[in-house]
Amino acid sequence: MILAWLIITPFAGGVLAWTLARGRGLLGGLASRWVSMIALAIDLLLVVRLWANYYGALGTGAFSLSGISLPYGKWLKELAVPWIPQAGISIHLAMDGLSLLLVTLTVVLGMVSVAASWSEIKDRVGFFHFNLLWTLSGILGVFLALDLFLFYFFWEMMLVPMYFLIAVWGHERRLYASVKFFIFTQVSGLFMLLSILGLFFVHGAQTGVYTFDYLGLLGTRLAPDTAFWLMLGFFIAFAVKLPAVPVHSWLPDAHTEAPTAGSVILAGLLLKTGAYGLLRFAVPLFPQASVSFAPAAMALGVISILYGAVLAYGQTDFKRLVADTSISHMGFVLLGIYAWNGIALQGTVMQMLCHGISTGMLFVLAGSIQERIHTRDMRRMGRFWEKVPVMGGVGMLFALASLGLPGLGNFVGEFLVLLGAFRASPVMAVIASLGLVVSTVYALWMVQQVFHGQPREEHALLPDLYPREKGIAAAMIILIVWLGLYPQPVINAARPALENLQKVRAAVLRQTQAEGNNPEREGSNGLR
Amino acid sequence: MGYADLLASLPLVLAAASSVAVMLIIAFYRNHGLAALATLAGLAVSFASIVVAAPYAPRNVTGLLVIDGYALFFIGLIFAGTFAAAMLAHGYLEKTLRGEREEFYLLLLLAATGAAVLAASAHFASFFLGLETLSVSLYALISYPKGSERAVEAGVKYLVLAAVSSAFLLFGMALVYARMGTMQFSGIASMALGTYMGDPVFLGALALIAAGVGFKLAVAPFHMWTPDVYEGAPPPVAAFVATVSKGAMFALFLRYFARVDIHQSRSLVLAVAVISIGSMFIGNLLALLQNNVKRVLAYSSIAHLGYLLVAFLAAGALRVTASEYYLVSYFITMLGAFGVVTVLAGKEAGEMEDIRDYRGLFASHPVIAVVFSAMLFSLAGIPLTAGFIGKFYVIAAGAGSALWTLLIALAINSAIGLFYYVRIIVSMYSNVEAGYPGEEAAHTGSGEHAVFGAGQMGGAPPVIAIPIGGGLALAGLTLGLVWFGVYPPTLLSIIQKTISSLM
Repeated sequence: MILAWLIITPFAGGVLAWTLARGRGLLGGLASRWVSMIALAIDLLLVVRLWANYYGALGTGAFSLSGISLPYGKWLKELAVPWIPQAGISIHLAMDGLSLLLVTLTVVLGMVSVAASWSEIKDRVGFFHFNLLWTLSGILGVFLALDLFLFYFFWEMMLVPMYFLIAVWGHERRLYASVKFFIFTQVSGLFMLLSILGLFFVHGAQTGVYTFDYLGLLGTRLAPDTAFWLMLGFFIAFAVKLPAVPVHSWLPDAHTEAPTAGSVILAGLLLKTGAYGLLRFAVPLFPQASVSFAPAAMALGVISILYGAVLAYGQTDFKRLVADTSISHMGFVLLGIYAWNGIALQGTVMQMLCHGISTGMLFVLAGSIQERIHTRDMRRMGRFWEKVPVMGGVGMLFALASLGLPGLGNFVGEFLVLLGAFRASPVMAVIASLGLVVSTVYALWMVQQVFHGQPREEHALLPDLYPREKGIAAAMIILIVWLGLYPQPVINAARPALENLQKVRAAVLRQTQAEGNNPEREGSNGLR
Repeated sequence: MGYADLLASLPLVLAAASSVAVMLIIAFYRNHGLAALATLAGLAVSFASIVVAAPYAPRNVTGLLVIDGYALFFIGLIFAGTFAAAMLAHGYLEKTLRGEREEFYLLLLLAATGAAVLAASAHFASFFLGLETLSVSLYALISYPKGSERAVEAGVKYLVLAAVSSAFLLFGMALVYARMGTMQFSGIASMALGTYMGDPVFLGALALIAAGVGFKLAVAPFHMWTPDVYEGAPPPVAAFVATVSKGAMFALFLRYFARVDIHQSRSLVLAVAVISIGSMFIGNLLALLQNNVKRVLAYSSIAHLGYLLVAFLAAGALRVTASEYYLVSYFITMLGAFGVVTVLAGKEAGEMEDIRDYRGLFASHPVIAVVFSAMLFSLAGIPLTAGFIGKFYVIAAGAGSALWTLLIALAINSAIGLFYYVRIIVSMYSNVEAGYPGEEAAHTGSGEHAVFGAGQMGGAPPVIAIPIGGGLALAGLTLGLVWFGVYPPTLLSIIQKTISSLM
């Protein structure tokens, strides 16, 4: 039930925050900010409790592999309630180490976004926090759902409030950006829905059991062609979210135009849902197709790494630059997932967490700069270090994190991904590592432009970080340094979950090879 | 006609009787509120009588009507939809119309009776009688505000086109009868696909009937009248035309083909598929060009019938389940969307047609804005709304029958659809005060504003008193929207009971 509470708390908090801020009084706004903070704090307490209860179990291999048809390990927490029994749909939530890590990231970044909008958002505060919390609620649902229909439900549910965040509180080109974001994600989501249904019917026709349950659908026997097309539907949806190169073009617009909290959530969390989907669903459900698709996916990852980095170097808009680096960083994630070995997957998880933290913080900085000088144009900045040394220091640190300096979390992630990818495909790994060079260039270039060089414009009013912002920065610095120096807890938490996923894939591959290609039967559909 | 027959057809009898009752009430004591209340009571009693009729189903009542679970389901849906339309109409007529308002309800009840007969008909004669009862009432309903030029124009347009389509329909029926010697659906269906499929006369007859049915469903290429009529008609009537009239015809269409495996005839499948894809694209693409909310909804309803035809082409029980669920969600959503237009229209704000009229609505009427957003999201098929489950079922039905081309067209069209739904939503949440839109215009240039219609400055919408009836109807519809969107099993189990007799 704790899993349901994780989702319900922000959901209910959002409604409460909205109702409290009816009208535009200052008091109502403040109330809705605090309500949001408290709702997320409750979630944080739940997460802490989960860590406290299960951390011991995480590292010690208490995940005994129970002998269902597939060797799927025990879940830390599980909840299954029938929802639409007529269609084989249930509310099936479950948490393993991977979900736990991402849920933790969600709650932390959620609190950061509420804090970051404390003074930025002055208009329709209640509705803003409603949208913020509902987005978070949807994201939490995505990370916990084990029923494919439920997963799709949350997948769609997180988009609408996100869309509002961009469209109502965004910057100049917010309408264009928000509609583009919405349409890209919606259409790709529909392709996923088609694939989910395809899988549902094939599985139902074979076994007579019509279910959307992930565990039930794992190991469905598919003809290679069918498997490929179904896999592609999932891949498109996740690749758009990730984003991988040919379908990335919504991202720079959306990230740039969104308000700070929107950018933090987009970069920090929404992109991770794509990666999570690939890890949890796309590969394990279609192992055979994924194996044959891996070279293409890895190539897309490598292209994303290089292309994103080059794009970033060309930007003059602070937020757009950070947005483009996201494409590059998420390229590593894609590369790691399709390399699919223990090391690469560990790297992928590390990269997801660290990218969430480092990029999230850079967007917070971009927001606070914009709040002070009302522009994101780096050509109008320069030599800020003298006036705002604390901000400069923080910016420097996270730029270094972004370029992958050892000692900070991102290095661990990228290094592990490259190490794992080298085993899978040395050529890809070598080309991908060029991305590290370009990232050095853009990160240092950004610091140079903003904090050093010539002051190109006088900004009279340029206070340094406020205590609230310092608080955010301090928390994020602690996290990123901790992850850089002592990533073991994360690795411990993720390992059993990743091993489970690997075992599932291996088991299905073995099964397929043993049986040869068992062509699926065309069956009548039994769903009523 | 025995006792049981009478009880089985009780909902129809009561609906017809209540129209007579309302007529008498008007004759003796003319009062708007009373007429409306009597109508609502009549509809409620007719709706409740479905429970009485249910034990007798399935049953053939004379050769003309068949009262089975399926028919009762649609009769219930029709009465519920009419109920909502009547509630919406009361406040609207009160606010906008001088002179006689009471006959409106009489016509509405007649139209509902006609629609209910359509849903239960098993014979060409009852089909045509129901259709004409519905249509003739609609002519008058559409042009009810007889002082309004647009309403009268819309009424005449509908009259001419409906008369032509009825003529096509009759001619088609005559040809079928000439060929087969029966007007009973069951007889025609069993003969049709076997021996007569290659017969040119029969195919011609089928095409003529399709034209008549297509006109009522407003699917491409028979959709031309829709935007003009929806724009000119009073919004509650537009809602009625979009939902009850279409729903009844679709019920009949689906019943006719329910016993027949449509996939035996490739050309028939192809024709329906082309109509479906055509409706989706024409509806959605033309909706993009509109600045009038009623016209947007009109084109959107064309597209939605296109989606519904995807379910129609599917095979098995899922086809009926999907169609019924989709229609329920479509009824709720369209009534709700037109309902919002209805409750806002009036002296204070004019007709509330232009998208620009909706700017700042969230600031002035937050609840109405949220309700309208919910309705539009449901049209777009976003979770937590009934439209999501409806769309899911349609896609599921299509996927179950491997109609991939249609489904991909549906996916593309959902994207196009999003664009204009979202455009209305954005305008509701955008600011009217100086600053925001002006500032935006300075930055973005003209292109975006031409698209979103948010460029010009306008006054904030005036504070509008929401009529009680309309407000209650919207509350009920919103409740249904969320309930069927979050917890579908109740409705699904009802649907599953109703389809057993059809299979």
